[in-house]
Amino acid sequence: LLRSSQPLTGPNRRRCREDEKLLGTILDEGERGFIIDTRSAQAAKQARMSGGGTEPKSSYPQWRRLHRALERGRPLQESFVRLVEACSDPSLSMDRWLGRLESSRWLSHVKAALSTACLAAQCLDREDSKVLVHGAEGTDTTLLVTALAQLILDPACRTLEGFQGLLEREWIEAGHPFHLRCARSASSHARGKQEAPLFLLFLDCVWQLSRQFPFSLEFGEQLLLTLFDNAYASAYGTFLCNNEKERSLCKVKESTHSLWAWLNQPEEKHKYLNPLYSHNPLVIWPSVEPQSIQLWQGLFLRWIRPSQHLDEAWAEIQRLVEGN
Amino acid sequence: VENVRLLDRLSSRRAVVGTLYLTATHVIFVENGSETRKETWVLHSQISSIEKQATTATGCPLLIRCKNFQVIQLVIPQERDCHDVYISLIRLARPVKYEELYCFSFNPKLDKEEREQGWKLVDLKEEYNRMGVPNNYWQISDVNRDYGVCDSYPTEVYVPKSATAHIIVGSSKFRSRRRFPALSYYCKGNNASICRSSQPLSGFSARCLEDEQMLQAIRKANPGSDFIYVVDTRPKLNAMANRAAGKGYENEDNYSNIKFQFIGIENIHVMRNSLQKMLEVCELKSPSMSDFLWGLENSGWLKHIKAIMDAGIFIAKAVAEEGVSVLVHCSDGWDRTAQVCSVASLLLDPYYRTMKGFMVLIEKDWVSFGHKFNHRYGNLDGDPKEISPVIDQFIECVWQLMEQFPCAFEFNERFLIHIQHHVYSCQFGNFLCNSQKERRELKIKERTYSLWAHLWKNRADYLNPLYRPDHSQTQGPLHPQIAPCNFLYKFWSGMYNRFEKGLHPRQSVTDYLMAVKEETQQLEEELEVLQERLANLQKSQSGNNKVKSKQQDRSKQFGLYTSNNSLANTPQEYSNDLKSFPSRSPSQGDEDSALILTQDNLKSSDPDLSANSDQESGVEDLSCRSPSGGGCLPSEDSGKDSDEAVFLAG
Repeated sequence: LLRSSQPLTGPNRRRCREDEKLLGTILDEGERGFIIDTRSAQAAKQARMSGGGTEPKSSYPQWRRLHRALERGRPLQESFVRLVEACSDPSLSMDRWLGRLESSRWLSHVKAALSTACLAAQCLDREDSKVLVHGAEGTDTTLLVTALAQLILDPACRTLEGFQGLLEREWIEAGHPFHLRCARSASSHARGKQEAPLFLLFLDCVWQLSRQFPFSLEFGEQLLLTLFDNAYASAYGTFLCNNEKERSLCKVKESTHSLWAWLNQPEEKHKYLNPLYSHNPLVIWPSVEPQSIQLWQGLFLRWIRPSQHLDEAWAEIQRLVEGN
Repeated sequence: VENVRLLDRLSSRRAVVGTLYLTATHVIFVENGSETRKETWVLHSQISSIEKQATTATGCPLLIRCKNFQVIQLVIPQERDCHDVYISLIRLARPVKYEELYCFSFNPKLDKEEREQGWKLVDLKEEYNRMGVPNNYWQISDVNRDYGVCDSYPTEVYVPKSATAHIIVGSSKFRSRRRFPALSYYCKGNNASICRSSQPLSGFSARCLEDEQMLQAIRKANPGSDFIYVVDTRPKLNAMANRAAGKGYENEDNYSNIKFQFIGIENIHVMRNSLQKMLEVCELKSPSMSDFLWGLENSGWLKHIKAIMDAGIFIAKAVAEEGVSVLVHCSDGWDRTAQVCSVASLLLDPYYRTMKGFMVLIEKDWVSFGHKFNHRYGNLDGDPKEISPVIDQFIECVWQLMEQFPCAFEFNERFLIHIQHHVYSCQFGNFLCNSQKERRELKIKERTYSLWAHLWKNRADYLNPLYRPDHSQTQGPLHPQIAPCNFLYKFWSGMYNRFEKGLHPRQSVTDYLMAVKEETQQLEEELEVLQERLANLQKSQSGNNKVKSKQQDRSKQFGLYTSNNSLANTPQEYSNDLKSFPSRSPSQGDEDSALILTQDNLKSSDPDLSANSDQESGVEDLSCRSPSGGGCLPSEDSGKDSDEAVFLAG
């Protein structure tokens, strides 16, 4: 599984021998690879006008391009805001709730993200093909797809430690611009142009996986909520800045503490573990039917509905599993 | 009929070929090939509709829709055969006489005494005693002993002490279908009660002294309050329209000390259409999130569920918090009234949240009070306008509550699904006919078996591992959040997509936790035994001797449970629009998601449940895995991990 940003084909259909060679060496003789472009075919084509573009078939003959339009940027932020507003609207009657939920389109984005990740996973697992994922910048929807695909495919990513490693690799080191994306969240009126909840979308997708495979993730919802919180506001330096270069310039490692160090302390760690976990060596294929994708109540209704009874249920599960 | 194809809604690639059989009681599809002949059994009484679709090149499609929401799509090669099957099924699915129903031929091989005992499992007199009646305020009346007063009521009803036979009879003449106010639930703690009836025949101005006295009697039976609520569960417009037909609702001016309240729940026709629309959404092929949510909203289904729940909450509050008695009615007092009274009772009294208590609740508010099972669920061929998913909605309300209060119910989702299944299956006699009177005339108890006994026998399958009688959620009334709460109502895919493989979490947390609980219990028992032994040994020997304690051979005990990870699932259709994206045909890994049931397995469990269901039958396997960390015992599981195709649970 590879990731990159878009090729700078531009309006004049530039070519780059090195790039073609690089992609060429990845595949064996006669082997086919898939490029999953997280923009619609039209958007990708239009990108050429501003210097970007796609890999033309003629220059990359062994690669087949698939387009899966995933929402990002401003529209995704709007979607998030609308959902939060729908959840906290006290005047909303039952016969309009689902429509409001739908018009936020958030669950559609979850469905699309999971489907695309599954597509990538399918290419790798079922087709034995290599996959290159990119959108425009390679810092948003690209990471969403590659990180989710790994969770689906690789049981090592589903352990608490493995998941942290996945986040470090696919989000933090890969250069997802946390500082820009997680500036103010949903309630802010100053809607920055660069703000977009990609990381939250990722966490939501992970939650969907945990719901569909309750035994297969070593961590539980509490971890996801904590990550969400810390992406926006944190006592730790883990999610600071936009990329490794900035972190290095700001001397983040020297001047702050790591979230992982704190989470992994034995007295903290147990809060984040899933009592039902049992190592599942197989690929976990989620269902992306609408019925299978649910609103992440634990996050979106966190402050709106009391969680007491559900917390009690989890405590009971814990009690049962620990054999007390 | 041979060479019939069974299609899968979600994946056209998953069509299987087999043979279709029609028996007197079932439609059976048996897969060809594989050593394990997977079978799909459908009871005729479950068939809701059959649709013959246009013949294509591949054959003649036949769509069977079931009342338990199973949808079977067959493709029969010859049009002639298809037509024959179609005509036969139409006839078989629409019995004319009760004797044609499965319950009269179903034979679980029990003797007469066991059958009788089964029917005695739920005793309503015992239940009313448990509530605390008869007492100073309430008495049993046998005024209806020959069904002479109201033929849809039971022979024994509980009425206020001050309601004489004269008052009862007079009131009954003023109520639709003669369904006079009678006790449904009595709250020992504060003497408040829930009574139920049908609408008064008040028209625009009619009055009835006895009916007014009846309501007064109800009020007097609760010294703690000087008024009662009268709750009409219909929308105000409908109730007013009824006045033109000589019926209507209670006028606060005429009935002293009542507070009247409309709680608009729509009628059976609206509900029937609502369900229809929701099922259409479920049948969409690869719907988008938008299609689904809009479709669900347009059906209005969850809105109706919430309306029923809100009514139940209102009544429960009136009784528990205000200590005020409530009289509930709708039009005829056998649909919405039943729903609302049973929801309220469930909220008020933790007993009804136990398995036994739930059976009692249904027996009380649905069976004994004359809910028209035959008309509503089509035991026999009848007026399609009478069909309506009334009890289904109540069952769903219970599920919604279970989702909000996971520790509060002794039973699990599977229990609810099985009950719903059997409302339509006619395998047992509990839900036949329209009234107690009809059931007695048909001698149901002598000629059929009780569902309750059957469920009780299998109760281990129906337990909720999170239930503890001493848990805070099981003490006293439940208080669902009233507002905001729209989001609390979820689509019940476990029921409406029950038979769709691949849609649900494939690993049942409930079953796993039950297994853990059992294991813990067994270990604790063994620990006790060993401790006793140790104590005895230490007594009879000197302190120097070492005592070897036996290592538990867990692997032996739990050899039945193997890792179910192999059944995690198979990829869905993630690329349905891409023709040029060829995926290999389903590998072996795909087959494992199919539930393997052989003929033998079926007979020993629920012969009627279709083999396609993943979520219930005790033979079902997906849940169990060694709770003692079987995954960490490679020698134990490695063989079994690969053994995907032939998997039998203990």
